[in-house]
Amino acid sequence: MTPLAGYLLVAALVFAIGLAGALTRRNAILVLIGIELMLNAANLNLIAFWRYSPHPEVLTGMMFAVFSIAVAAAEAAVGLGLVIALYRHAHTTDLDEINRMKG
Amino acid sequence: MNIVFWILAVITVLSGLAAVTLKNTVHCALAVTGAFAGLALLFLQLDAQFAGFAQILVYIGAVAILVVFAILLTRGSDTPAQGVFSRTWFAGLLIAAAVFTVLGWAVMNSAAALPHENAVPTVTVQQIGQALMGRYVLPLEIVALLLTAAMLGAVIVAMHEKGEPK
Amino acid sequence: MANTLDQIFVLLKHWIVAYFPLALQPVVGILLSVVAIIATFPALFALTTVIERKGLGRMQNRIGPNRTGPFGILQPVADGIKSLTKEDIVPRSADAVVHFVAPLVLVVVVFMGFAVLPMGRNMQLVDMDAGLLYFFAIGASAELSIFMAGWSSRNKYSLLGAMRAVAQMISYEVPLLMSTVAIVMITGSLSLVKIVEAQNQYTWGLPHWYIFTPWGFAAFIMFCIAAMAETNRSPFDLPEGESELVAGYFTEYSGFKFALFFLGEYVGMFSISGLGTTLFLGGWSAPLAVLNFMPSWIWFFSKVMLSIVVMIWIRGTLPRLRQDQLMNFAWKFVLPMTLLNLFVAGLWRFMGEGILRWLVCSAILLGVYVIVGRTEMRRRKIGPRSYRYAE
Repeated sequence: MTPLAGYLLVAALVFAIGLAGALTRRNAILVLIGIELMLNAANLNLIAFWRYSPHPEVLTGMMFAVFSIAVAAAEAAVGLGLVIALYRHAHTTDLDEINRMKG
Repeated sequence: MNIVFWILAVITVLSGLAAVTLKNTVHCALAVTGAFAGLALLFLQLDAQFAGFAQILVYIGAVAILVVFAILLTRGSDTPAQGVFSRTWFAGLLIAAAVFTVLGWAVMNSAAALPHENAVPTVTVQQIGQALMGRYVLPLEIVALLLTAAMLGAVIVAMHEKGEPK
Repeated sequence: MANTLDQIFVLLKHWIVAYFPLALQPVVGILLSVVAIIATFPALFALTTVIERKGLGRMQNRIGPNRTGPFGILQPVADGIKSLTKEDIVPRSADAVVHFVAPLVLVVVVFMGFAVLPMGRNMQLVDMDAGLLYFFAIGASAELSIFMAGWSSRNKYSLLGAMRAVAQMISYEVPLLMSTVAIVMITGSLSLVKIVEAQNQYTWGLPHWYIFTPWGFAAFIMFCIAAMAETNRSPFDLPEGESELVAGYFTEYSGFKFALFFLGEYVGMFSISGLGTTLFLGGWSAPLAVLNFMPSWIWFFSKVMLSIVVMIWIRGTLPRLRQDQLMNFAWKFVLPMTLLNLFVAGLWRFMGEGILRWLVCSAILLGVYVIVGRTEMRRRKIGPRSYRYAE
């Protein structure tokens, strides 16, 4: 197994764990944690491919990953703001309870 | 495939598993911080120093703290009454397993076509700076606008509305 | 002779490493440097506790500790024995694992910051290309350990103290970083070794330290303010103020763990003073060209101890800031001034040599400081005191 395949497998595993967390937990914040894990796994994929690419001096993979980190931070901020607004309205963060469109 | 990679991979995967399975929400947040740290060390192992330090600074220094604040502001630290997994947990688990199977199969099947050891790329911060100001200046400006919009949006979404009892 | 004394630690390390087989030599070299750092800074911490207690005592018109040894010099030994032999109480409802791990994380993280500081000529542990970014990334990780300490104690006062401390630290994180970006811009590198070497030049006997430039001086003041807020040091020590919150986020810690928190806080102070010295005060370079015969590491440690003495002095002099006052100060005053400082540093770079750039840059900085200071102060009318009750 080449080193690149090892890194890709780890990234796939972390992605699947994040996906499982986002789909199975009740608390809205844990869904966001799952989403952050998925984004991180994608970043690992990008950096691994950049490292083993034929022209790493072009820096495409690293730049993509750095921008992805910035965008993920912005998305986490907005997502957590939404969770707080939701909690203020429904007084719960349990996603199974928030299953009606009309507040 | 040296020993450091295996140790870091085990730490990252175990922290990720802990983050999605623990009962106490604050423990989950601390475990996902461990996963972020493991991933940052994996970036450093891949000679991407700038990305690794940016990951520590942004994720552990900001996103983890944000998650923890949100948990405390929404009283997530009390143990929930009906258990932590939703009613449809089995379907979610099945989907995640299917995704991992497909990805793993794709990686293992193309293992022959993947490149082997490359020379270590020497990336100086000056090269990154020149790339950011040269080739990637448009994404840089757009990300700046995006971050401003996200900051304003988060404040407006989470603010107390006028007239609503505080 | 002067060169040998300057490089004495480097030569000592090479001499010891030569006794080991070739394969082990890099590891042994790094281990020796790490052991030297772990031995030096706690010793300096012990010295600092005596200096602080005697210094604060004299400022408050009393003598500090003077029973243990001549002039209280052996007080840290007494403190060490006390904290090692005290009973380690963990509250029953506390979260045992997180409660145990929090001081460990803090101590590990603050010691990791010393890896990039150049403590003398050729005396840094690692010469990283992105050294300054590494230092700030490691510093940002320390905030989480404070939250862990406050939350795991299951104590309202600890949690409140931890929340305040974390809010304060993240508010001052941005001015801390932005005040150093001007330095990076002018030097052209994030590597701390190159920043010190850029300051190691002399014109008419005076050094090129960045504190002697208008933007550098403004950046140094803002760096000091942000550094004192980052290490929860008075006048920003509301999270751990003894008269406010018992002991804040380490109320429930006793014995050795409390000593570890104390150690972590003071070593953090050393770490950030070391960074301030490297960035603004020229690191290991001597103040005048004639004084270069003295070893570089003596200059570095003197400057760090001078910064520590100034921090102790400020602690004894200024009153504590309230939480909303300090957050206001960070977001509404220090952050805009750091952004303006960046602009002024860019102007400095492009104006070329001469007296004009000194005048223009100083005028811009002073003018904006006075105007912003006056507009901030105008809202507070100092009149007869009004009371607001709970109804």
